[in-house]
Amino acid sequence: MPDSSTVVRQIRFHITRYNPELDRVPYVKTYAIPVREGMTVLEGLHYIKDNMDSSLAWRYSCRMGVCGSCGMLLNGHPTLACNTQILHIADRELTVGPLPNFNIIRDLVPDLTPMFDKHRSVKPFVIRADETEVNEPAGEFYQSPEELEAYLQFTYCIKCGCCMAACPTLATDVRYLGPMPLAAAQRYNVDSRDDGRRARNQVTGAAQGAFRCHYAGECSRACPKGVDPAKAIQHLKRRLVLDYLRLARRKKPCQKLHGPGEGKPLPNIPAAPGKTVPGDSFPNLPERSP
Amino acid sequence: MRETKYWTWHMAAGVVILFLLGLHMLIMHLGGITQLFAPHAGEAVSKENSLFRDGKLFFTVTYILLLGVALYHGLYGLRTILFELTLKPGAEKAITIILLIVGLGLFGLGTWAAVTAHSIAIAGARG
Amino acid sequence: MAEIRRHDNRLGLWGWLGGGRWGVERYAYILHRLTGLGILLYFLIHIVVTSLRAAGIYLWVEGEFLHQPIFRFGEFLVFAAFAYHAFNGVRLVLVELGIAVGRPIEPVYPYRTSLNVQRPLLIIMMILAAAFLVAGGYDFLGLGK
Repeated sequence: MPDSSTVVRQIRFHITRYNPELDRVPYVKTYAIPVREGMTVLEGLHYIKDNMDSSLAWRYSCRMGVCGSCGMLLNGHPTLACNTQILHIADRELTVGPLPNFNIIRDLVPDLTPMFDKHRSVKPFVIRADETEVNEPAGEFYQSPEELEAYLQFTYCIKCGCCMAACPTLATDVRYLGPMPLAAAQRYNVDSRDDGRRARNQVTGAAQGAFRCHYAGECSRACPKGVDPAKAIQHLKRRLVLDYLRLARRKKPCQKLHGPGEGKPLPNIPAAPGKTVPGDSFPNLPERSP
Repeated sequence: MRETKYWTWHMAAGVVILFLLGLHMLIMHLGGITQLFAPHAGEAVSKENSLFRDGKLFFTVTYILLLGVALYHGLYGLRTILFELTLKPGAEKAITIILLIVGLGLFGLGTWAAVTAHSIAIAGARG
Repeated sequence: MAEIRRHDNRLGLWGWLGGGRWGVERYAYILHRLTGLGILLYFLIHIVVTSLRAAGIYLWVEGEFLHQPIFRFGEFLVFAAFAYHAFNGVRLVLVELGIAVGRPIEPVYPYRTSLNVQRPLLIIMMILAAAFLVAGGYDFLGLGK
């Protein structure tokens, strides 16, 4: 096991700095910091902020690759700072910049608002004709494991924006929806509970939709969660073409299985254990039998 | 959804071009190997061989078909590249109109030429 | 509160070439664009030149102008562009219609993406394009006859 307490070597961080109140354009400032085995880029930034320059700004939250806040351009690769160990990508030098294709708010903080606006525009939620069933559900929808697998991969998206930073089309086309929103659209299109594909087609099949993707593949390479947006977009295009040619099979969204409490457990499944905590915090649970 | 329509036919045109332009390349640039449709001595592009192909209805029809689908595929591709530069709506409209005029103009010219060359070749064959 | 000034960090045309990581599909994408533009330019001129035959002008046979080595080489470049654009185009049709990218999978690290799924197709297509190109080069050098 590598020793994480001793410093391995000094690494020079070349960090893009930009203060909208003082600077006309971003500039690069260099900090040399001692790096230990297993230290992430996020920890390196913390070291700089704590010991060298308290004015450094970046965005982060969970520090374990779940929240999607710390997407940055590390040595030219858009990825998460918390998920990347310094010694894995840097020998002596490490460039840290904000995600490209977004405006810079300050230092390493990109303005992700346009991405979220585009995400909202593709209606990333289950759309059904029986709206009350969605808003006030009276039972569960039936969904087989195969139907779950059809969209599960695309649900792992954490909206970090790395794919948007890697996309060559977005480098010039401001209006292109981009990999994240399109993958989100596909995630709901193939959800067997959903019936909103045709509504989404109006956005994803329009001039700034899926057909601006030419499969350079950068989004899938950059994605820190393995969501594979490029795959989602190609499947999305296929459905758009089939829908246009009227070759798509019409499928009804899956139906309600039964109301709450109406389900019957399969035989041979033992009953749930009773409650272990005394009191009436969970009044519906049966008392645990001795 | 208009883009879906354009793009679907862009793909379909690509497949048609693959076969027709593939044949064109086999005749013109691999002629030394394939010796396709070039009964006269000399290169496949010689005047005699050219007239021979112009005289065949198959070639006249496929010339016009290839001309149409290739113009559509190529000009739509150019439009896609230009539109990805985030132009102003006015500029996009102007580009669409210019490409439409260029495409239709060249299609007209090429069709006229193919039909005229066909009748010249037939008249020539009759002597 | 005053509106905060933002710095536009869009990569622009440079982003088409090297925005993030350089992958082989990125090269394929940019080369597909360049060859497409090249073929289109040639094609538009080609239509006009060959249409002149209806008026009895066979420009590519008559005169010495179009027989200079530079035009011969240029013609070979167009042929090479076609070979690449056609075979890569076959891959793109299969990929973009969702046929050659595989089904959604559970993402388990190290991630395997659709890029891995279509890579063999890319390699096969490039080999075919190269073979076509070699045959064309053989012909262009006049070795066919």
